[in-house]
Amino acid sequence: EKVGEEKPEVLSPEELEKLKEEVDERKKLISTLRGKPWPMRKKLESHEFVEKYEGALGKGKSRKLYAYKVMMLKKWMKFQRDFENFKTACVPWEMKIKEIESKYVSYLFLLYPCTVLLVLPGCLLFFNLAEKALMGRPYGSMPRKTVPRADEANAMDFAVLWDFGGYAQYSVLFYGYYNSQRAIGWLKFRMPLSYFLVGVGTVAYSYMVVIRTMARNANEDGGGDNNSFNFSWKMFTSWDYLIGNPETADNKFASITTSFKEAILEEQESRKDDNIHLTRFLRVLANFLVLCCLAGSGYLIYFVVRRSQKFALEGLESHSWWERNEVNMVMSLLGMFCPMLFDVISALENYHPRIALQWQLGRIFALFLGNLYTFIIALMDEINLKREEEEVLKLNMTIWEASLYNGTLGVNSTAPPITVHPADIPRGPCWETMVGQEFVRLIVSDTMTTYITLLIGDFLRAVLVRFLNYCWCWDLEAGFPSYSEFDVSGNVLGLIFNQGMIWMGAFYAPCLPALNVLRLHVSMYLQCWAVMCCNVPQERVFKASGSNNFYMAMLLVILFLSTLPAIYTIVTIPPSFDCGPFSGKSRMFDVIQETLESDFPAWFGKVFSYASNPGLVLPFLLLMVLAIYYLQSTSKSYKQANLELKKKLQTVSRTINKVLTLIQHLLYSLFMSSYLSSPLGGEHRAHQGKSNHQIPPSATSPPAPRGHRIPGPLPGNQWQPAPSVQRVPNSQRH
Amino acid sequence: MFPDLLLSVCPRLHGRFHELAPHLVPLDYTNQPDIRLPLALIVSMPELKENPFRNRIVEVFSEDGQGNLSFNDFVDMFSALCETAPRELKTIYAFKIYDFNVDNFLCKEDLEKTLNRLTKGELTPEEVNLVCSKAMEEADLDGDSKLSFSDFENMISKAPDFLR
Repeated sequence: EKVGEEKPEVLSPEELEKLKEEVDERKKLISTLRGKPWPMRKKLESHEFVEKYEGALGKGKSRKLYAYKVMMLKKWMKFQRDFENFKTACVPWEMKIKEIESKYVSYLFLLYPCTVLLVLPGCLLFFNLAEKALMGRPYGSMPRKTVPRADEANAMDFAVLWDFGGYAQYSVLFYGYYNSQRAIGWLKFRMPLSYFLVGVGTVAYSYMVVIRTMARNANEDGGGDNNSFNFSWKMFTSWDYLIGNPETADNKFASITTSFKEAILEEQESRKDDNIHLTRFLRVLANFLVLCCLAGSGYLIYFVVRRSQKFALEGLESHSWWERNEVNMVMSLLGMFCPMLFDVISALENYHPRIALQWQLGRIFALFLGNLYTFIIALMDEINLKREEEEVLKLNMTIWEASLYNGTLGVNSTAPPITVHPADIPRGPCWETMVGQEFVRLIVSDTMTTYITLLIGDFLRAVLVRFLNYCWCWDLEAGFPSYSEFDVSGNVLGLIFNQGMIWMGAFYAPCLPALNVLRLHVSMYLQCWAVMCCNVPQERVFKASGSNNFYMAMLLVILFLSTLPAIYTIVTIPPSFDCGPFSGKSRMFDVIQETLESDFPAWFGKVFSYASNPGLVLPFLLLMVLAIYYLQSTSKSYKQANLELKKKLQTVSRTINKVLTLIQHLLYSLFMSSYLSSPLGGEHRAHQGKSNHQIPPSATSPPAPRGHRIPGPLPGNQWQPAPSVQRVPNSQRH
Repeated sequence: MFPDLLLSVCPRLHGRFHELAPHLVPLDYTNQPDIRLPLALIVSMPELKENPFRNRIVEVFSEDGQGNLSFNDFVDMFSALCETAPRELKTIYAFKIYDFNVDNFLCKEDLEKTLNRLTKGELTPEEVNLVCSKAMEEADLDGDSKLSFSDFENMISKAPDFLR
């Protein structure tokens, strides 16, 4: 707009250059327009300016390159915009989540990153088995891939399949199916190596994702004291502008009011707790009860697992459905009822709701962990049992082979190999497949329990409350049982534990993540429906912590604890001799050694062996620990310095303000006194008679300004410069 | 002004705008009409209906300060309220919204009005007084017993969940 309205072709080259600069500047401005609070009209003006002059600048022979550049840039930006829109459209359930968010306070966004986290391992392992399916030998070609002759009769029974036996056991679902041949197919695909690397890689990737999310959340947190602006934040940030539903709005108003009242109470009250001993005693009692519950549940699981081992020895067919699935059902039921028990016990403790919620989550965490680890210990026992069986079988194999030849063999002679159908070869008890099966069964029963709880606990309850309310003595909707609340923290916890179980079992059941993705999809739709149809929002809305890092930290701990057993089994227990990609090796990680020896040049192997020398690795680990310690102490000192600076800032600005006010007063008083003491000023006023305050003659020679009082508040904050009335020295007065 | 650009980029918003007053809002803007919808119509939209600050929001985005929005202002308002709007922009507009007497400062009366809208008058006057004094004490850096924009910005930037 600085250039005139003439057409650019008639401008001189310098003016053209200036115009070009102007257009470039405007373009830079446009890229930051989003952050400026200008009205739309002003923003569009810049746009229009660029459009108008850019096109014109492109005309003329030497401007062709410029025009071309501009056009490419425009196309690129349009492409970027379309891609962004496409990405947003691709986000699954975006509209559903928005719908739910407008009804419930927006915790659901937590579910979404969890889902993303879970999809990725699924994809990774899918890749693995896809390779296998394409490259490897098909079903039936090898003993490990075939159902044994004895089981063939009922391999297709639904009951057996549901238990993941029969055909399911000898499929890509489980570890035992995979061939241990080093290189498969014409691509020389290294099957065992890829299996191992994918397993380890998934874990490493999961760690990275979780820690990166935590770091990002910590950055957003600002890293400072969370309580310094308590009331201000409550006032300005507590309203959720996305709320569109009147019921939710009412709830929100109520919760805001309650939160204010709580804060006011805490502020006003000086807690003189006469019953501090009683409270302490009650809290100790509550913790003791909780510990009893945890110990009880741990023992129950151990007992049940032992019993199921006994049943397995006697043969599963002679027992009822309940007895066969006892372990999983017990674990799921405990997971359902113990948290309710903890809730009741926590009523004894009389904590602030946020702290009570943290304790509750911590206890549920301990419960799940205890159960899972008891389960694993029992599993270890079973693994040992299976390995003993294996030893026995190996002996029997030699006897069986000899019997095939019917004694026609001499001690050192060779004979033509006898073809035996793979189904007839005696099979070792593949402990890895057994582990995989156990985990898959656990996940399936957990899913079933969740769905059934949802249907009964939420839907059926809602139906009962709604319809029985007409003919019941007390108001079912307001009192007990009423509609169930959507418990965000409980659901997130469930999701986190589900992920932990996947991490544990993924190495031995490669398709587990894929199955889990399926389960999550179904869960999502089911929950969405249940949430909109049968749940009410929580009455008290508060977070377990100030940031999302609480749940992320839990996820990290679970990740660590669940990969621990898997890593332990990989490193200590020798693989089965006839099933899986590591069969025949003495340890699973020997595959790395093998690869280094055969696929890489010799010097590489030497370098690797030096690098993995404990003499080198231990000092390195020590160095890392020291570095962590150092970084943590510096970050603490920075936080401290930050706080100090903030306090200083406050004091300094208050001091400056006070000083400025003082100076203002001083100058004003000087001015007033000088104005009033000058004879010109005094006479002027007396003669004019305009002023409202009649100054008596004695006031024309007022005393020194020190005794002069400031006549009321300063007119606004504006300081008027002193008029040109000079202070007349006393000697001139008569 | 610039009807084609706006209309082509946000036809859905224009649809919503048109819905509010079908007889007033034309479907095409080639004549560049200057149609403004009054405050009462805008605050009846479902997105704003439940918001205790709806009147202030509409007033802030209107050119005349009385709440009459043209289509440009309408687009402005929703782009600022959108989740993906930058945080600095939201801070600027939040300050304007909470400034009831439009003097570029949040004084005690502004705070009291905000609090009363948030709690629907459920708190007693002493409680209101206490909360406002505490909030002022926390956020006022220069000690002039009102919050300037820099005080407000400093306080909001540290808030953990100032997302909307």
